[in-house]
Amino acid sequence: MAKHHITATVNGDPVEFLCEPQETLLDALRDQLNLTGTKEGCSTGDCGACSVMVNDRLVCSCLMLGVEAAGKSISTIEGMAQGDELHPLQQKFLEHAALQCGICTPGFLVAAKALLDKKPDPSETEVRYWLAGNLCRCTGYDKIVRAVLDAAAEMRGA
Amino acid sequence: MRYEAPSSLEQAVGLLAAASGDARVLAGGTDLLVQMRTDVLNPELVVDIKHIPELRQIKEDSAGFRIGAAVTGAELKEHPRLKDVWPGVVEAANLIGSTQIQGRATMGGNLCNGSPAADSVPALIAAAAKASVVGPKGRREIAVEDVMLAPRQLALTKGEIIASFILPPQAKGSADAYLRFIPRTEMDIAVVGCGVCLTVDDKGVVSRARVALGAVAARPLLVEEAAKALLGSKVDDAALRKLDAAAGAACKPIDDKRGTKEYRIKVAGVLARRAAQIAFERARKA
Repeated sequence: MAKHHITATVNGDPVEFLCEPQETLLDALRDQLNLTGTKEGCSTGDCGACSVMVNDRLVCSCLMLGVEAAGKSISTIEGMAQGDELHPLQQKFLEHAALQCGICTPGFLVAAKALLDKKPDPSETEVRYWLAGNLCRCTGYDKIVRAVLDAAAEMRGA
Repeated sequence: MRYEAPSSLEQAVGLLAAASGDARVLAGGTDLLVQMRTDVLNPELVVDIKHIPELRQIKEDSAGFRIGAAVTGAELKEHPRLKDVWPGVVEAANLIGSTQIQGRATMGGNLCNGSPAADSVPALIAAAAKASVVGPKGRREIAVEDVMLAPRQLALTKGEIIASFILPPQAKGSADAYLRFIPRTEMDIAVVGCGVCLTVDDKGVVSRARVALGAVAARPLLVEEAAKALLGSKVDDAALRKLDAAAGAACKPIDDKRGTKEYRIKVAGVLARRAAQIAFERARKA
């Protein structure tokens, strides 16, 4: 079966790539576009390590085909910092030590940004429910939740 | 594998009907891609239905709501009217998976995946929803409780697709509710799910009821005896006791890691009582 020629927008830039029909968006991002910030965890939609935005909607890129990305606008962790300037969420994750091994971190950051873009002043409960689809085996979550709430406060003040 | 993304139902039906090997419909993909990844399924053809306008729309008119089968859980929640008229259906659909899953998962997929534990299905059954099915011979309507026959087995023939769900107009004094029990707060598969839809007359008495249970049999169940327990009552203790017993009696559950048969039967009665109380309170205000 011939590969599909896909054109899309990734982090604001037009991209094109070739992908097999059964290839996931996650594999297309990592293997065709060399955007390896998005991680593969469970491959079954349970862990959220592969979280990306597709047309402003948070999704697991392991549960979407690369061919489905045709014409879509995708945002990944690589689009989060502006040049050398970290996004407030990234900065707060560092300050609060909200990561240890780091595999889950890009997914948490993309998911948390999706929440704060939609809801600048979430409660702790809302943060915890929103991030229930992102698993972390290092931090125990509390530092992540603190970092998100702190980033939200800073972004509201800024 | 071949991937097709037709822009009309006719094309989609034609592709599925003409397929020589296993052909699958792709809506949100949150079940299909997992099954492909783990080699449970190896389809020859995947037909992405998300480019077909009817399947992606929510419409409300005098015939009620028509919800496209490929509308996502997140979109159901964001609709300005749907959660006011059908809070139970929206709650049920929103219990499926995480925020990420909600961005993709659909009620059409939830039903057609053919799991007895699908959360949106008992809520749709309680709501008396119909599936509008399109196939090579045209369009037909099937009550949602008649779509799934057994695990992974549907009453759809080759080439047929669920295009949308039709939720009937909600009469005054009517409301629905859905509850599910899982061993943790989020992100698990139902041990039991229960949908209830009630109409309360101007004396505060239940004049119409539908009760549906999920994850307690080989397919989601419409439980008429449970509905009868509520009819003519003000959802008082006596009615709730009858409801509890009727819900438990309808269960034909399996033992698995999430719960034993006895446990599921017990929980079915408890959830039915609680969902009936929520639906009743909502109906009195509706």
